[in-house]
Amino acid sequence: MTQKLSIENLVIEAKKPTGKWFEIIHGVSVTVKPGEVLALIGESGAGKSTLGLAALGYSRPGTRITGGNVRLGEMDILNLTRPQIRDFRGRQVAYVAQSAYAAINPAIVLGEQVAEGLLVHTIGNRAERKRRVIKMMEILDLPDAENMARQYPHQVSGGQQQRVMVAMAMIDKPGLIVFDEPTTALDVTTQIEVLKAIKKGNREKGNSAIYISHDLSVVAQVADRIVVLLDGRIVEIGNTPELLANPQEDYTRQLLGAVRQIPKVTTGKIYAPRTGEGAGPPLLELKGIHASYQRSTWLHPIPMNRNILRGVSFQVEAGKIVALVGESGSGKSTIARVISGLLPPISGELRFQDKPLPASIRQRPLDQLRRIQMVCQSPDTTLNPEQQISEAIGRPLKLYFGLKNSQRRERVEELLSMVELPGDYADRYPSELSGGEKQRVSLARAFAADPEVILCDEILSALDTVVASAVLEMLKNLQRKMGTAYLFISHDLATVATIVDRVVVLYAGQVCEEGPAAKVFAPPYHPYTALLISSVPELRTGWLEDVLASRQAETGIVHGGMAPRDNGCAFRTRCPLAIPGLCDLQPPGKKILANGHVVYCHREIQELSQ
Amino acid sequence: MNFHATTDKQKKKTRRRARPRLTLAAKIGLIILLLHGLVAILGPVLAPESPAEIVSDDSFLGVGECGLLGSDYLGRDLYSRMLHGARMTIGTALIATIAGFLIGMALGFTGAEVGGWVDNAISAFVDLLISFPPILLSLVVIVALGNSLLVLVATVAVIHAPRVARVGRAIAMDVATKDFVEVARTRGEGLWSILSREIWPNTIRSLAAEFGLRLTFSILFLSSLSFLGLGIQPPTADWGVMVRENMSGLLYGSGAALFPAGAIASISVGINLVVDWIVEQTGQEISGEMLK
Repeated sequence: MTQKLSIENLVIEAKKPTGKWFEIIHGVSVTVKPGEVLALIGESGAGKSTLGLAALGYSRPGTRITGGNVRLGEMDILNLTRPQIRDFRGRQVAYVAQSAYAAINPAIVLGEQVAEGLLVHTIGNRAERKRRVIKMMEILDLPDAENMARQYPHQVSGGQQQRVMVAMAMIDKPGLIVFDEPTTALDVTTQIEVLKAIKKGNREKGNSAIYISHDLSVVAQVADRIVVLLDGRIVEIGNTPELLANPQEDYTRQLLGAVRQIPKVTTGKIYAPRTGEGAGPPLLELKGIHASYQRSTWLHPIPMNRNILRGVSFQVEAGKIVALVGESGSGKSTIARVISGLLPPISGELRFQDKPLPASIRQRPLDQLRRIQMVCQSPDTTLNPEQQISEAIGRPLKLYFGLKNSQRRERVEELLSMVELPGDYADRYPSELSGGEKQRVSLARAFAADPEVILCDEILSALDTVVASAVLEMLKNLQRKMGTAYLFISHDLATVATIVDRVVVLYAGQVCEEGPAAKVFAPPYHPYTALLISSVPELRTGWLEDVLASRQAETGIVHGGMAPRDNGCAFRTRCPLAIPGLCDLQPPGKKILANGHVVYCHREIQELSQ
Repeated sequence: MNFHATTDKQKKKTRRRARPRLTLAAKIGLIILLLHGLVAILGPVLAPESPAEIVSDDSFLGVGECGLLGSDYLGRDLYSRMLHGARMTIGTALIATIAGFLIGMALGFTGAEVGGWVDNAISAFVDLLISFPPILLSLVVIVALGNSLLVLVATVAVIHAPRVARVGRAIAMDVATKDFVEVARTRGEGLWSILSREIWPNTIRSLAAEFGLRLTFSILFLSSLSFLGLGIQPPTADWGVMVRENMSGLLYGSGAALFPAGAIASISVGINLVVDWIVEQTGQEISGEMLK
């Protein structure tokens, strides 16, 4: 069933908005041997997805295949008729998209969506289809498959949705599956489950695969061979272990160099702590913050435990970088919204520079607003598309400092050079900038206010690794120069470990550990921190197997992905150290260690040391 | 560390914000609108006769038999009345649409940005106004306040306002949740600044399309009021009035009613051609974004 895929001299063109066609894939040749997993790696715009889709004989609207050919075994895919293509896709090749959230139909139960491939290609009767669907879901480690097949997408977690999508692709036993960044949108903890399922599925079904990713550490776990792409051309092809150990091309080395990892330490420092720790009152202080997007009213009372944030307390000291880490849904961004005043908390106290910070923007004086600036995650929405860069950066200068005309222009260019962009960028519109450049402008806009603290909400997560590395480096330099404090929100622990002073670990709206980075990233860990850290993929083959072998089976699996929100410890359903009768009834106690290192757990510190 | 010097620059967009090109349909639409505009401005100067002057003893003379387009039911010069009518028809519709837009956008944008009870109150008010059928609303107003030009224009504006408010609110809501608007809010910008600098420029294209459609509606609606005898009153030259006046001519084989009707139709077609192009442009922008 599994046949060799060969792509020869493939040329693909894309259409500019002006209507002109230009080449985006310049004669690429690749083969995927039967049973092999081939990774396509490169930055966004390198042509990974375009190439992957071409293996299905598909070109996205606005692109066209103009040269070369694609063969699966003896079949010439690009010259199939429409009915042939319909039969070919699904049965011979299948596709797994990046976002299950966008690719799964929210109105149809999961089992039926998985069965659709069988139905379209009229395979088996109803009972037979059901049996195969459930078997497929079990192969992919979906818990309680029979029951889950009857559930709707919103009733299961993101990682489970992604695995259902893999099941949809594998159900017809295709010889080749194209995985297009299947774990990029997931948390590291969920990523492991999906990677494990994909590996297991590939092995049991014996299919070959094209695995598209920008993350070398992930690719190292699943791929037999790696193809490095840059601007629609192949830079390097190699077997995974050799390419990682001994890259031949500069660009590959650059990619490898940009991979950030949590430094291996058992004790001691990761990032040298600055002097003057703990002197004076903190710059920003949160005390027992409860916040929610729903308002509790007399008619619809919402218990405090249902809130997004449930009693969050921590501090940011002047000129320090504090990281807020945790999985998606833990309330990281909500904290940024509370501090910025966009979301007034239900209860709790905010203090800034030793004075109470009013809850909403309207109550805060302009000068206080100036001192707290925000930088957002998505480069595409952070700048007003109708404003020139000079306007975007110039506005805070005018609003806060009343700078006019030439003075303002001068300062705008100064700020641009601070974020390492040429001064003439001031005359551009956001659509003329790349993602990394937009984030730089966004930072320049924040620095224009000369703030005390900048709230950085996942500002690197939408960027390519190499670009993100450069922005991260610049952030460090600026911090040293300006002495601004950052609240650095990220789900990427490897990034956090390289720049921050303090780390606050958040789970289900509660702080479960906080302290200096060197302490948090070294044992003893809170069980959740341990899970997070061990889930960050390492840049070596075999890491996935090692982790799965060393890990207790039950961690990571949460039905529906919802943490319990009652008086007990929220993490207990995933915790290998949970004590029945204690952890599910009482809130975890605060254990204070040296250097302001705090762990919230029922277990004794000695028990957490492993 | 100067990674971005190599990687960012490779991807630098050299594409400048290009002026969108006009399609043939859009060009035709623009030419039609330009002609209408010229006639509306210069019409009274070009017209050989006064619009109220009876120039012939015979009514419903054919094309070329009296003046350029013949005579109407009273024997007035149809050509002159057409030229005079342009200003009245297009002018009133334009003013009514602009007024309706200003009110509607103010309501819709404010509701979208402020939210809470202000939004609820505005939405309820808008619902209330929309629940009146337009013709019924104008009948009531005109019967109560008379059919002066001001009342007519105001009535049409009030009919537009809630509908524009709904569309404007929906579009503004979409923009108001974007990051750059939130950043502006946390910066301490006032309501006016957020509406005018952040939201308005990003809604203008969608609203331009809406404006074109509303303008067409105004012309047709004012014409139908005239046709019913409730709108602009004879002897003022107005295309809607002229259709009604000369209707009976159709029985005698006179095309006098067809000229003003054709003029109304042509301006509607012109507006729609241009609007289609604007809508297409907004669509292109989106697919261009996706291409990256």
